[in-house]
Amino acid sequence: MVSARNFLTAYHGKRGPNFVDWLSYFYLVLGLILMFGPAVWLALSSFKTQAALIEFPPQLMPSGHKLAPAAGHYKPLPVYRVPMPGGDVAELALTRRIGLQGNFIDPAKPDGDIVRALMSAVTPVRETRFAFENYTEPMKRFRFDRYFLNSVIVTVAATIITLLINAMCAFALSKYEFRGRNAIFIFILSTLMVPISVILVPAFVVVNALGMTNSLWGVILPPAATPTGVFLLRQYMLTIPDELVDAARMDGASEWRVFWRIILPLSAPALAVLAIFSMMWRWNDFLWPLIVLNREEVFTLQLGLAAFQGELDTQWHYLLAMTVVTLLPVVAIFAFLQKYVTTGIASTGLK
Amino acid sequence: MCRRAAIPARLQSSTRERALRIAGRFYAALMRSVEPPFAWLQKQVGIRGMAYAFVLPNLLVFGIFVALPMILNIWYAVTGSNRLSLVERPFLGAENFRVLLECKDYFDANSCAQDRFWRAVHNTMLFVALQVAAMVLLSLLTALILNGRILARGFFRAVFFFPVLLSPVVVALIWKWILQRDGLLNAFIVGAGGERVPFLNDPSWAFFWTIFVSVWAHMGFYSLILLAGLQAIPADLYEAAEMDGTTRWRAFHRITLPLLMPNIVVVLVLTIIRAVQAFDEIYVLTGGGPGTATQYIVQFIYETAFANQVHLLGLASAASILVGSVLMVLTLVQLRISYHGKN
Repeated sequence: MVSARNFLTAYHGKRGPNFVDWLSYFYLVLGLILMFGPAVWLALSSFKTQAALIEFPPQLMPSGHKLAPAAGHYKPLPVYRVPMPGGDVAELALTRRIGLQGNFIDPAKPDGDIVRALMSAVTPVRETRFAFENYTEPMKRFRFDRYFLNSVIVTVAATIITLLINAMCAFALSKYEFRGRNAIFIFILSTLMVPISVILVPAFVVVNALGMTNSLWGVILPPAATPTGVFLLRQYMLTIPDELVDAARMDGASEWRVFWRIILPLSAPALAVLAIFSMMWRWNDFLWPLIVLNREEVFTLQLGLAAFQGELDTQWHYLLAMTVVTLLPVVAIFAFLQKYVTTGIASTGLK
Repeated sequence: MCRRAAIPARLQSSTRERALRIAGRFYAALMRSVEPPFAWLQKQVGIRGMAYAFVLPNLLVFGIFVALPMILNIWYAVTGSNRLSLVERPFLGAENFRVLLECKDYFDANSCAQDRFWRAVHNTMLFVALQVAAMVLLSLLTALILNGRILARGFFRAVFFFPVLLSPVVVALIWKWILQRDGLLNAFIVGAGGERVPFLNDPSWAFFWTIFVSVWAHMGFYSLILLAGLQAIPADLYEAAEMDGTTRWRAFHRITLPLLMPNIVVVLVLTIIRAVQAFDEIYVLTGGGPGTATQYIVQFIYETAFANQVHLLGLASAASILVGSVLMVLTLVQLRISYHGKN
């Protein structure tokens, strides 16, 4: 809630908005349109029927031909605006089409008079209608349900593995003195410099030799040991007092118990940040799955979308709906956990 | 906030607590179940030795999927043929690098042995120059405006950040839908009395849109880094400047810019590193076309190794080593700067 006082003082000028304020707000509104507009347009378009999608210029809202149920007719009838002999215009339903002429009735009075009119003289009535079949059909006719499931499996499994092995590594690096500790830490950090696009060929060869091509494991495992994750967790665990660990050891707790009973619960905020980022990375990942997965039944949503759009005759009505399905989980994360995401980035430069 | 109040507070907390309790029990059961093997291990190696046990899984994944490929990359780069198996590949020495770098005139891709490689290099260089300039300037402008006294700052910050979360495929499809022949943008142009523009079928336009779309998708990320930098500048500096009657432009020039410089340089280097590797959005948006107008270096590597008829793994590895060495220099520069910035 913006209070009235805030509203009145929210500009630079002493007595009112000055030139800079106007420019700032102009920029912000332009940003609002440019940044949100395309996604909103995508969402609106995804509910349009195939016929409505090829209309030019496009309509803003998804609309379709208005249909009216009429007693005695097994399907709802399309409604047209028909000029009546008296000079006024009535909205009537088309029952039959004979050549250039059509037979129209009043849908409210199906037994009333039949009006005959030339099809060229009538105009179809449109109404806002959402084509939900765009969302259900690709799941049935293509394998988007499968792609969705694969994406969920990859995201969940990879995030759990990433959290576990990164936290174990960070625990050792922050709470133990051992030979090679600094070397290991530097080695891990140095792999930050090796993006996947640089080791595409040999990484594929290794995954292939392990028999993990066309298996979800080939997508889940290789990027699991994230250097950013180890770094983030180590920095956080350094702030946990060593006395806690020592006290637990004194009480006879094993090292593993110290790890899962004390260190992990106390690192929850850092783990949450890493979990959110890991989920986003994995859900959105494209280049690596593109190389490892070639068979359709193991495709993730991103691969499924890219393959579907590459076909010669793109079926935009399905494609747009599936794009919305792909972006929804990420938008949901953002809506509920925005604070974690933005502080994560601002404090670590993570992405 | 207001909406949540509609649910009785007692009910809401109890559901939440129950969910947390179930998750907690699941977590405890899982962790306790692996306790015996770890306890056994601890008996064998002692408390000190457990440190190695804890780093091992992460190091194994690193070693197998990152470090080993780095070494193999060199082997592939100096061997030929389309065989995957290491031993079946004939040794070529620097042949792959020679083929890649053989050129009569480095400014004319057609004179090179690998014209596609050099076209990709030229495209990437132009792309990096323009995209990085646009990205740094726009994210700086956005951060400055978001840091000013504006209404609903949190909302606008979220607006600019939102595209960062979208996957490259989604980003590409959103814009492909807008830029297509019968798309929204052409509808506006025709509505204003213009002619339809084949945005993605015209080389210059397609090149422009690859820059536009990648700036659109990632600008929020860099704005956020710069915004964090701006908020770290102590406010009393500006108060002191105001008391001295300094103009706002001068305050920006003398206080904001110098203090923000480390962040700006980090953003600059990061954008360069990412722009050199531009691939996924562009691959889905234009497929590198029309012709080779938007084909960049990573797409060349990907297609040479995996998508073309003959899989030239050696050539792709050699190209990726060249790209990797450029990136490594840039990363070292970045680490050096951020290290200096913090001390």
